[in-house]
Amino acid sequence: MNAATVFGLCAAVAVGLGLYGVITNPQPLRKILAFNLIGSGVFTFFGVVARRGAAAGFGGDPIPQALVITGIVVAFSATALALALLLRLFQASGSATLRADAPPSAGSDPTTP
Amino acid sequence: MTLAPMTFASMTFALALEIVLAAVVLTGAVWAIAARGTLPAVAGFVAYGLLLSLVWVRLGAPDVALTEAAIGSGLTGALLVGAAARLRLSEVPMAVERPGVILRVLAAVLSVTVAAALAASVLLLPDPAPTLAPAAAENAAATSLGNPVTNVLMAFRAMDTLLEKIVLLLALIGVWSLAPDRFWGGRPGPRHHADPYGVLAFVARVLPPVGIIVGIYILWTSADNPGGAFQGGTILAAMWLLVMMAGLADAPPVSERRLRLLLLVGPVVFLIVGLGGLAFGDAFLAYPMAYAKALILVIEFAMILTIAVTLGLLIAGPPERELGS
Amino acid sequence: MSFVLDIVTITAVSAGAFFFLAGTVGLLRFPDTLTRLHALTKADNLGLGLMVLGLLPHAGSLRDGIKLICVWLIVLLAGATVSQLIGYVARREGSRP
Repeated sequence: MNAATVFGLCAAVAVGLGLYGVITNPQPLRKILAFNLIGSGVFTFFGVVARRGAAAGFGGDPIPQALVITGIVVAFSATALALALLLRLFQASGSATLRADAPPSAGSDPTTP
Repeated sequence: MTLAPMTFASMTFALALEIVLAAVVLTGAVWAIAARGTLPAVAGFVAYGLLLSLVWVRLGAPDVALTEAAIGSGLTGALLVGAAARLRLSEVPMAVERPGVILRVLAAVLSVTVAAALAASVLLLPDPAPTLAPAAAENAAATSLGNPVTNVLMAFRAMDTLLEKIVLLLALIGVWSLAPDRFWGGRPGPRHHADPYGVLAFVARVLPPVGIIVGIYILWTSADNPGGAFQGGTILAAMWLLVMMAGLADAPPVSERRLRLLLLVGPVVFLIVGLGGLAFGDAFLAYPMAYAKALILVIEFAMILTIAVTLGLLIAGPPERELGS
Repeated sequence: MSFVLDIVTITAVSAGAFFFLAGTVGLLRFPDTLTRLHALTKADNLGLGLMVLGLLPHAGSLRDGIKLICVWLIVLLAGATVSQLIGYVARREGSRP
């Protein structure tokens, strides 16, 4: 049992929690948040693999670390696009829900094209 | 595989600390999923992300720790808080939509299965672990950079970094395209007015010079120390957002030519250097060894401008004001 | 000499941790936003300052020590700004009927 294993188990639990959140939370914003949780769990898993690959004087294998840096940036841009879509849905249809027949709520402006 | 029972004496102090850190991280994750209101959930997520950067430090990856703190929890948290504030009025009707008990039990079973499968694969990882670190170390002389992660990002896997820049641009175009037709080309976000003698305006005057120096320093030092263009670019973007939110400068209209040139300079310089490698060297993105460090520096300075502007605009959102207003 | 430095570090960092704990207890137990802000800003800034003070003997070089102090000053600035902004909004919303 070393540091990498502890954080690997932590990452596994984070992915499980995120999956539960994506399925059970009705609000799309919470789903996006839970999806980010899954993503960060997967990245931590990469980090565990990188840590176990420490050799040649490095503290960790640099290739998975570089892949994770790329992954974090791409996950952020995907989140930005998803949230922009959600806000536009709220503006256009009046409710930020994925159900088709929901009533509009107070803060929306359904008249904008 | 059996887990030998751990005696307290066999755990070193560092391992105990790491177990506590993992427990606190998971507490943040549970809070992010289970909290009633959206803003507390987002707060839990940001706390989770910042603690996760500590996990990255313990895993020996300081560059990733910087990226996670800056982009993973900082910028993503800012996005989520902004969206949560705008969606606040839609929360009450949604609370009645909670799924039934059967769906929740099934979801819990599925999540536990996935988590158990991942945990099993963690415990069954091969020993000795396969690694590319020796290959990275052998070829490090090709660019004479001291930081192996920068080496991988800018030299060995430069193609990935180039495509990542383009993905950022595509996401930005996607966000812009969500504006209503009459706002196309206008300025993103509302016009912010803060008290010009107030606290926010004060900080927006004092902090950006420091922030710009820190951001460029993190880029400059990434050659030999932990750092990088993305981390430095995030700090520059944050300073720009601070200035915009304090009302000291307005967001530029998205059709402005200078803005679009800044957005393009990063990928275009990268592409030109890559094609130069094809024309004068062995392959696309092959750097001649004598000029490798200089070329990488040129690419990185172009990159940090684009990254700062792109990240700032992704947070500012789609245009909400008409052009010419 | 290094023994004395270690004692200084352990004392200062432990005191800093105690102040962080006090701030967190205040966050959890105080009744409303303004009192919680008060607990957080005072206790946490002092806690961070003590921790930085405790880490200074082990900083390794003058430049690293100055970086630590700059970190503390920037956190101080950010905390003061954000707590003022939150306090302003809290007071404005609290005075509405």
